[in-house]
Amino acid sequence: MSDRYLTLINSPFGRTVATRVGLPRPGVLRRYQLGDPVLEGPLRLGRVGADGIKGLPELLTGVGLGLVEGDSEVVSQDRDASCGVGSVSTRETGRQRWSGLVFDASAASRPGELAELRDFFAGALRRLAPAGRVVVIGRQPQGQDPVLDATRNALDGIIRSLAKELRAGATANLVLLTGDADAAALEGPLRFLLSGRSAYVDGQVLVVGALADESGVADWNQPLAGRVAVVTGAARGIGAAIAAALARDGARVIAADLPAAGEALSKVANQVGGTALQLDIAAPQAAGRLIQHAETRYGGLDLVIHNAGITRDKLLANMSVKHWDSVLAVNLEAQLLLNRALLDSGLLRAGHRLVSLASTSGIAGNRGQTNYAASKAGVIGMVRSWSSEVAAQGGTINAVAPGFIDTDMTHAMPFATREVARRLNSLQQAGLPVDVAEAVGFLCWPASSGVNGQVLRVCGQNLVGA
Amino acid sequence: MSIRRAAVVGGNRIPFARANGPYARASNQDMLTATLDGLVARFGLQGERLGEVAAGAVLKHSQDFNLTRESVLGSALSPFTPAYDVQQACGTGLETTILVANKIALGQIDSGVAGGVDTVSDAPIAVSEGLRTALLNANRAKDVTGRLRALAKIRPAHLLPNPPSNSEPRTGLSMGEHQAITTAEWQISRTAQDELAAASHQKLAAAYDRGFMDDLLTPFLTLTRDQNLRPDSTAEALAALSPVFGTRLPNPTMTAGNSTPLTDGASTVLLSSDEWAAEHNLPVLAHFVDAETAAVDYVHGDRKYDGLLLAPTHAVARLLERNKLTFDDFDFFEIHEAFASTVLATLAAWEDADFCRDRLGRSAPLGAIDRSKLNVNGSSLAAGHPFAATGGRIVASLAKQLHEKGSGRGLISICAAGGQGVVAILQA
Repeated sequence: MSDRYLTLINSPFGRTVATRVGLPRPGVLRRYQLGDPVLEGPLRLGRVGADGIKGLPELLTGVGLGLVEGDSEVVSQDRDASCGVGSVSTRETGRQRWSGLVFDASAASRPGELAELRDFFAGALRRLAPAGRVVVIGRQPQGQDPVLDATRNALDGIIRSLAKELRAGATANLVLLTGDADAAALEGPLRFLLSGRSAYVDGQVLVVGALADESGVADWNQPLAGRVAVVTGAARGIGAAIAAALARDGARVIAADLPAAGEALSKVANQVGGTALQLDIAAPQAAGRLIQHAETRYGGLDLVIHNAGITRDKLLANMSVKHWDSVLAVNLEAQLLLNRALLDSGLLRAGHRLVSLASTSGIAGNRGQTNYAASKAGVIGMVRSWSSEVAAQGGTINAVAPGFIDTDMTHAMPFATREVARRLNSLQQAGLPVDVAEAVGFLCWPASSGVNGQVLRVCGQNLVGA
Repeated sequence: MSIRRAAVVGGNRIPFARANGPYARASNQDMLTATLDGLVARFGLQGERLGEVAAGAVLKHSQDFNLTRESVLGSALSPFTPAYDVQQACGTGLETTILVANKIALGQIDSGVAGGVDTVSDAPIAVSEGLRTALLNANRAKDVTGRLRALAKIRPAHLLPNPPSNSEPRTGLSMGEHQAITTAEWQISRTAQDELAAASHQKLAAAYDRGFMDDLLTPFLTLTRDQNLRPDSTAEALAALSPVFGTRLPNPTMTAGNSTPLTDGASTVLLSSDEWAAEHNLPVLAHFVDAETAAVDYVHGDRKYDGLLLAPTHAVARLLERNKLTFDDFDFFEIHEAFASTVLATLAAWEDADFCRDRLGRSAPLGAIDRSKLNVNGSSLAAGHPFAATGGRIVASLAKQLHEKGSGRGLISICAAGGQGVVAILQA
């Protein structure tokens, strides 16, 4: 599914025309390839006040997240310093473009301090490299101190607006730490949000708690090494991309899909070196067969990716019982039953991850999709509700909500509708299945144990349902 | 040397298609490769070097002399997996299973795939004998004049191609015509045949509905179920069909409904030692116990006792004798439904004291089998019968039935052209 407009607009001729006529200019997104560094260039770190999150600079430097000694600077925001850029001379880095900008606003306690954020970005944004990454780190409002909470919640508005201002494939996202979460909890989220893995995640707020377990990642080229994953709906589209991404990151994959999709499923399984499991997840024996397969072939299960889903669109006035029931059964009820059975089976190993595919339709609604939106909003409710029980068992449960993703399904849309829909987000282009897959992969990392009960949107900051 | 029993780990086949249907443009190699890839995907065997792959096709192009090896090279298996072709008419698929199982039993290999494939849609068509002779002579000629002289011998009639036929070279009769004689001699009724055919469809449809086929089959080229399957088939509806075989006999009973159609398809079975299966975390559905082949003199023999498709009666008798078993020791019987009347004539022969004495050398008949144990998930009348692929279909299906039951024995009986029969015992 090539985006011809994106290719054209990024050619020299297209760029000229687009500038003159004022056409949207979607940037080329930076997408992760195996072995890529988190950032290709230097990262600049700023913070409110003198005390930021303890260990954050060390995290950014020590694990090679881009903050490299010599060509970068940790900026202690000092309103009196020239240009508000801090003590390190800009001459050293004058021609340097920042691949990433991280601003630690965790210490902000009153609205006046937010000006330090303005100062940091006003100086740095002009030098943000194409496909650059902006991450602001704050703390979650606690509902006790109105001044504090107002300040903290202000970050939400900043990041959502900044994401809309950024161009050339750059993204901006907010990480909100809860409770006693520290720098260690940030490693996974920062590695994700700063890298090419988060190409289509833009304008989002990710709530991160303290790490539930400290088991780290030995090799970041294989963050899922030793994990066994099942991916439903794996025969094509997003499911096939998830299977491929998890396998690339080291997981062994059970690729599951309807028996009727078996031909494509076997190709996916063979490509990722996994096993094909022809399974109707809505059938009564589905959980038993899945558990048996995982148990006998792999001896356990770590990652469960509920990707299988169907659409049967009709206006509610015209919706048949069959259309209603089948969508709810496959997209929601099957997940409820499977998760229940898996949680009770003892098959899920410590550090397990349950990830469900929701949809922006489930957040913003969509005409003709009451049944689909019900199922997807239901999934979000399920994830939130189950988070404490799953955490008690040592795992996490989250949802990923894709926006407009180029798949066979969207390719079937009329040309004009598709072209318009593609541009209705801050990145002015459709996402790819791999973008959703990377978000799923991130939630599966051992380093993501602080992310639980969350809905991560992969929508390029879709203007619908923002 | 110790002998171990080969394990049946599982199988994979593609849905069987009616001739000139969805697989009309698929070659034997396409189908066998896809079937192997489905098996590899099901059991996670990507890049695995297996002991061997043995498969074959009854209708095979001369260019496909290395059909199975070429399919392995096109599959996700390790290219270091050796392969060879086998051809024993409709017994091919079971014969390859016997070969692989025996090598595993002897410890020569630890794992292997048996299989078969056939297409009547993409069948080889031979040139006429006259044209072939002329072309070969022209090729041998030393100069242009000689070549022209040889080619001048070609007559218009020589240009008619010779499509393959399923008639027996020594009698000129098709398999259906042979079976029609057997049917008449054993007085197999039309009703009994139609009932068996309808039951086959109903049982296979039920197997699909309960998900039994979910890990036995991988869809191929738009087909997700056997194309020939008619779930709503009834004996009453089948009774309306006109006979197509034995129409020159007094009371023809064999119709398109109680005979297998010409079919395209492929099947594979994964066999291994118990140790290999355990090392690979793979299940053992059943063990391959023993097998026997037999042949009858249908050319010179008796019209009733030596019918073309009655050889399995001999093979089963010898197999049971060797294993000290009777029909009561079996939980499932898989008798290939080449024609409904083949199954019924075979059952009748085993119950017939004269036949068992004169042909099988037994003092007492083998007796009747419990019909509720016969082809419990349908057979070839419903699924179709791509000649070499039928054996693999039955072995995998029976092994799974035994595994579901948890224990027991199953008997496989397959008749084949040339008056042959291939039979085997599986045990869980």
